[in-house]
Amino acid sequence: MSSPISRDDVAHVARLARLELTPDELDRFTGQLAAVLDHAADVEALDVTDVEPTHHPYPLRNVQRADVVVPSCDRDEVLAEAPASEDGRFRVPPVLGEEA
Amino acid sequence: MTDTAPVVEPTLPDGWELVVGLEVHCELSTATKLFCGCRNRFGDDPNTNVCPVCLGLPGSLPVLNGSAVDYAMRLGLALNCTVNPAVFARKNYFYPDMPKDYQVTQYDLPTSTDGHLELPDGTVVGIERAHIEEDTGKSTHVGGSGRIHDATHSLVDYNRAGIPLVEIVSRPDIRTVESARAYASELRAILTSIDVSDAKMEEGSMRVDANVSVRPIGSDELRTRCEVKNINSIRSLGRAIEYEANRHIDLYDSGQTPRQETRHWDEANGRSTSGRSKEDSEDYRYFPEPDLVPLDPTGAQVDAIAEAMPPLPSARRHALADAAGLEAGSVALVVERGQDELALAAISAGADGGIVIKHLENNLADGTGELTAESFAALAAMEADGRLSATQAKTVLTDLVASGGDPTSIAAAHGFEAMDTGELDAILDRLIADNPDEWGRFVDGDRKVQGFFVGQIMKATKGQADGKVVNMLMQQRAAG
Amino acid sequence: MATTALEVASAVRAGERSARAVVEEHLAVIGEREAEVHAFNLVMADEARERADAVDAAVAAGSDPGPLAGVPVALKDNMCTRGVPTTCSSRILAQWRPPYDATTVERLTAAGAVIIGKTNLDEFAMGSSTENSAFGPTKNPHDTSRVPGGSSGGSAAAVAAGFAPLALGSDTGGSVRQPAALCGVVGVKPTYGAVSRYGLLAFASSLDQIGPFAHTVADAATLYEAIAGHDPRDSTSIPEPAAPVSSWLDDGVDGMRVGVISELSGGGIEGIASDVQARVRVAADALAAAGATVEETSVPSVIYGLTAYYLIAPAEASSNLARYDGVRYGLRVDGPNTEAMNVATRTAGFGDEVKRRIMLGTYALSAGYYDAYYGKAQRVRTLIIDDFAAAYEKYDVLLSPTSPTTAFELGAKVADPMTMYVNDVCTIPSNLAGHPAISVPYGVGDDGLPVGVQVLAPLMGDVTMFRVAAALERSLP
Ligand SMILES: [Mg+2]
Ligand SMILES: [Zn+2]
Repeated sequence: MSSPISRDDVAHVARLARLELTPDELDRFTGQLAAVLDHAADVEALDVTDVEPTHHPYPLRNVQRADVVVPSCDRDEVLAEAPASEDGRFRVPPVLGEEA
Repeated sequence: MTDTAPVVEPTLPDGWELVVGLEVHCELSTATKLFCGCRNRFGDDPNTNVCPVCLGLPGSLPVLNGSAVDYAMRLGLALNCTVNPAVFARKNYFYPDMPKDYQVTQYDLPTSTDGHLELPDGTVVGIERAHIEEDTGKSTHVGGSGRIHDATHSLVDYNRAGIPLVEIVSRPDIRTVESARAYASELRAILTSIDVSDAKMEEGSMRVDANVSVRPIGSDELRTRCEVKNINSIRSLGRAIEYEANRHIDLYDSGQTPRQETRHWDEANGRSTSGRSKEDSEDYRYFPEPDLVPLDPTGAQVDAIAEAMPPLPSARRHALADAAGLEAGSVALVVERGQDELALAAISAGADGGIVIKHLENNLADGTGELTAESFAALAAMEADGRLSATQAKTVLTDLVASGGDPTSIAAAHGFEAMDTGELDAILDRLIADNPDEWGRFVDGDRKVQGFFVGQIMKATKGQADGKVVNMLMQQRAAG
Repeated sequence: MATTALEVASAVRAGERSARAVVEEHLAVIGEREAEVHAFNLVMADEARERADAVDAAVAAGSDPGPLAGVPVALKDNMCTRGVPTTCSSRILAQWRPPYDATTVERLTAAGAVIIGKTNLDEFAMGSSTENSAFGPTKNPHDTSRVPGGSSGGSAAAVAAGFAPLALGSDTGGSVRQPAALCGVVGVKPTYGAVSRYGLLAFASSLDQIGPFAHTVADAATLYEAIAGHDPRDSTSIPEPAAPVSSWLDDGVDGMRVGVISELSGGGIEGIASDVQARVRVAADALAAAGATVEETSVPSVIYGLTAYYLIAPAEASSNLARYDGVRYGLRVDGPNTEAMNVATRTAGFGDEVKRRIMLGTYALSAGYYDAYYGKAQRVRTLIIDDFAAAYEKYDVLLSPTSPTTAFELGAKVADPMTMYVNDVCTIPSNLAGHPAISVPYGVGDDGLPVGVQVLAPLMGDVTMFRVAAALERSLP
């Protein structure tokens, strides 16, 4: 059976997940993820086309709250935890790409 | 709204047709955010309307705002959509504006689907879906020119993060720039008339992205489209679509094909620019949001929202047009300004529809003040039967708007005495005698000389004569 | 331990013992053995003393501080404590101080409890041995060369070592029950939604559930009642008050129907140690002797639980852990732009196991693989629920081992993730189904280390589950 995940796949998901891997790590993680996914072969073989997926183990519907204002956090307390802040805002290095 | 800046309708080169779909994000005007009790308000000090939930702090959980759901269903029904059971999903991608690095939105099971919207000129644009999602925070790019490309750093304010949005996705049914603008205006009119959003493009509470492609006329293919973002006004929307369409045509003409991508409208330079190429970011890994449970509104709930729905702009246009005996398109401005109720009341009090609409469009743009339906109807009657000229009527109307009252006494106070038609007859006799050639031409059907006679009569009566009455007298004479 | 939580609370409420004295006694035990066991990321000595004094003042003023008056509780360090570091045993949150308390923390305080410290865990609760902590492993108090289990190993060890009579952990695939079994204490995973997750740092949202550790089933029941019940801040919280699990503890099992899951007891899944299987048989016999009908029964799809879990949990985790990006809180490793900063921060801040699961989950959700992996796993989940439903038509509760083995040596399974994952094979099905399950210490294995027996019950069957667990406990010599 061919490997269920390639080194390139792992590099791709690492990029999606904003993680950087050394070449060694890439090899090691590829092997480990492949082992887990190999294990998934028994499930892949199951025919569950007529089975509905379960996303919530306890079936609830329409959980909503009233549209009523509650006090927000103290800005100083929140910004005290920020790695960097300026003028009451969170400071980050320049953002690549499009303007939001 | 009134985006009244004159826009010259652009034309695509011969043989090409525009194919446009619009995605409109509108912020719902609820008291609180979508998933927390922080205030939903524009313009507050940065990061003062934030809490563990809308900052995405570890351990926090969302709880859905019931009003946001009600508003979204009301909007769906106003867009003639089917309101469905819905499921929230996570759209995963990294961006510093987005506190959890995923956006909670509706993906394969949105609240509203398959609707349509009718433009004032009767064009119908399909609505594919209208789904609920959360807004992001707002970044300010600092240093350099203050633009993203050369900023030294960015500052993030999360007051906007988590504000409820409905994203309305049209079908690619729009064929002209004018229709695109009309669609945005109409949507804004609907949003405000059903009271679910301020729909202010300048404050970002309504944001329009355009999916633009072109095709040869006669073809029904859908070619590569580009999504143009960062459009800040209805006027820009027209410019951006026109630019983008011509860019595509130029590419096709030179044997190239546009690349499917997101582009940014640069209003200052009048062009769109390519966004960052997103090699990975298109893989959003949507999956059902495990922290929220499905929405399953009952039929009774949906019916109650439908029953409480105020009349919508298109229905109001049709109602007023019918009452006034005009085309729906010609009463659009009056309805948009919310003056249709007054117009209908004046018409049902006996006023001539054409006169009422004329005054509302031309003379009452700044509001109707103290003007009542009864006094409006009385004024229109005086104007219709020639007791007041159009100029005089406008003067009386100004007084009615400012302080109300009775149009008859206001007209009297201004000394607007209706001209006796006998007096006008005499003046006309004299003019015909003095200008036999001109009169001959008028009788032969040359309507250009009509203005000459009206002008002479106005001069002789110092503007007291009613132009319409003069015209009528001239027609009668000419007819023999 | 000399005294149970219920005894402590009753003495404190009666004014016979001061909460302060109780705290000092436990701080003293911590002082003796914590260096060896390493149960805590943070011992909150000052806060605990202050809080105990407040409890004593309330008693002196004639008011009742609540059912857990003066009882020290150790809190897994993945529940938010306002102003007190909450780290998830991760470098990425090393000094993060939340601006709010978890609902469970509020409820503990309302019940009169004294939080004595934040306990160690596998980073972000990903693990079964508490070796994946950025702050070093916790040791099993019964044998410090062995693991305490995980991921709530610090909480299990804290109770087992006598650092606190009670502790809270979180259980996503067995993270309360498995360390309870390995440390010889009671561990509970309530019905999904019974206990609020508000303020619990998410691992896998549709599986996570907070649950008690205690020496006795009655103590665990009291803690359960203090923290369970509807919370409007958690949309998945069951809109009911806490089940009155304490009321039925003495009612016994006469006439009850008990099924022993054959697949988890040597008849399906490999690797269930024979000494562990033997203890389950002893427990089954004891219940039969107490009047229950006991039979072996099959729940066929539980064998797919492990696979489904290792697709679903990482998928949800990959999304839940995206927010650790260096922007708003926690660690930041700088970079020339935000994207590079995100990468540097996450690469330095997360340990290998967390990275592995984030990547696995990202893959399971990614375009082209969703249906084969995540989508399929959620359908397998339905199969498991259906099989359990069939079993519960015939049985009131089910029985199985909690952990396939007794506590293993530190370092024995770290090299191979799959070997480690198999530890959760008996506990995972209850998380996938959302069902309650409890691990009751039931003697020792061949190596003299504790063995846990698991009682499983259907959705909302928490009362029955506790009742059977209490009967099991009484059957021990
Ligand atoms: Mg959107
Ligand atoms: Zn908030």
